[in-house]
Amino acid sequence: MPYVEKFKGPKALNGKEFTYCPGCHHGIIHRLVAEVIDELGIQGKTLMVSPVGCSVFGYEFFELDGTVAAHGRAPAVATGMKRATPDKVVFTYQGDGDLAAIGTAEIIHAANRGEKITTIFVNNAIYGMTGGQMAPTTLLGMKTTTSPYGRRAEVEGHPIHMSEVIKELDGVAYLARTKVNTPMDVKKTKAAIKKAFEAQLNGDGFGMVEILSTCPTNWGVSPVEANKWLEENLVKEYPLGTFIDKVGEAK
Amino acid sequence: MAEKVMVKGTEAIGEAAIRAGCRLYYGYPITPQSELTEYMARRLPEVEGTFLQAESEVAAVNMIYGAACTGRRVFTSTSSPGFSLMQEGVSYIAGAELPAVFVNVVRGGPGLGDIQPGQCDYFQATKGGGHGDYRMVVYGPESLQEAVELTSKAFDVADKYRVVSMLLADGLLGQMMEPVEFPDFVDLNTLPDHSSWAMTGNEGREAHKVTSFNIDPYGLEEMNERYQATYKKIIENEQMHEEYMLEDADVVIVAYGTIGRIAKSVAKMAREQGIKAGVFRPITLWPYPYEALSKFTDQAKLFFTVEMSAGQMVEDVKLSVNGKKPVEFYGRMGGVVPTPTEILNKLKELV
Repeated sequence: MPYVEKFKGPKALNGKEFTYCPGCHHGIIHRLVAEVIDELGIQGKTLMVSPVGCSVFGYEFFELDGTVAAHGRAPAVATGMKRATPDKVVFTYQGDGDLAAIGTAEIIHAANRGEKITTIFVNNAIYGMTGGQMAPTTLLGMKTTTSPYGRRAEVEGHPIHMSEVIKELDGVAYLARTKVNTPMDVKKTKAAIKKAFEAQLNGDGFGMVEILSTCPTNWGVSPVEANKWLEENLVKEYPLGTFIDKVGEAK
Repeated sequence: MAEKVMVKGTEAIGEAAIRAGCRLYYGYPITPQSELTEYMARRLPEVEGTFLQAESEVAAVNMIYGAACTGRRVFTSTSSPGFSLMQEGVSYIAGAELPAVFVNVVRGGPGLGDIQPGQCDYFQATKGGGHGDYRMVVYGPESLQEAVELTSKAFDVADKYRVVSMLLADGLLGQMMEPVEFPDFVDLNTLPDHSSWAMTGNEGREAHKVTSFNIDPYGLEEMNERYQATYKKIIENEQMHEEYMLEDADVVIVAYGTIGRIAKSVAKMAREQGIKAGVFRPITLWPYPYEALSKFTDQAKLFFTVEMSAGQMVEDVKLSVNGKKPVEFYGRMGGVVPTPTEILNKLKELV
């Protein structure tokens, strides 16, 4: 027996190397979701709905039955899936372009219906895969390829706060905004993800965790600077916290 | 066998879907088929099924996608503008090789159009609509009895080939009442087993990935070759049409759906006036029965296509006839249903 056992990832990940850019938080978030699935013992009955955007490949890394929804439609796909097989655990994994722009209607209505699904919402305030265009969550003054003069409220409108919008909906059982740029935040995010899944397992309603995340490549900074920029700018616009926690209140 | 019952078209199709083993309906109301959505809302809970009114047709078709991923029989209905919105999802369902059944109760278009019967979605149904090289099996029923039978068929074919199938009805069929004999309820335990690919949770097996996605062009080409091989089998095995008084016909009237039915009256009237007319009625609009129709090119002097459109199916008739005989067209648009007399008058002009 070797003194140190070889490092093993969670069972809910299949061990394939992630294809994300250096410093991107998708890898951390994938791992947290997988650890939660392992700990809850639900790997054999969890169905994953991947989005479009950088994390379109999510289904490739999880050892779970998975599909890829059209841009923004993951909550509708998950709704159809969950209602067809209520004994399964269904989650969507979506970015801000997916969830806060083209898929706004689908997320609002799935949350409002109290769909017993879980949504992992990764917000890095920019379109990643298409090459750094403005997202609905892009900060005022932030330069992107489609807001080259910096986002102006009077031209491009204001950053949209999805958690604050969704928290007004009665179907939501768990809703939190977290980040993963420090070890303590990673622990807190994992706890939040677990609660969001428990909201589904208990039949309490819709659960979502919005996770503030980096995009060093499209922000044009190093991974370390990206973590700092997130702390100094994103958190100011998108305050962290638990907005709704009704887990265990159903029945 | 069951007795004949008097039912409305939209409700007949809904009941037929339930009897075919469908227990999942996701949809959005739109005239002239809202009664079908309403029927499913009322009826599905009685058979322990699931009904959900989506927030839009875009959401509805994606709910269908999600449910189809689990391998269960799923169904939706809509009308023209609604089906346009669903095209995105239809393309994804086709690409992920999922079985699903749609009903499009066609109304006058384009745009918001009106709520009267139309056949102006023929191109969208048979030539595409969504993006990519995909096909759907399209049935054009002429009566409620046939609509009921084709609904069962649509589920079987969708399941067998893992494709999208569709009933292309029109507002006339949706709104009429006729006596119908329903088939017995399918035993749910006898439905095709989709456990080899469906998303059911990977307990004790490798994970199933159900997608229309492949970033590698060679991989995607392979997927497309698989789709095309499936479509080839469907072309070989699933064509349906009806021949009516064609044995000695000089004039072949080609028409589908409710106009196919009207065309039979026209043929009878024409024969009373000494014109030897018959009707070729395609039942599958894709795959189109090209060969079956082309067999009449030696015998007939004239092919006469009648549609409630500007002439969409006439292109397929011309492909069948392949320049060997004249192909004429008569159509009404905007939701106007042509009368047998006006069709006959046009036919007499041509002859």
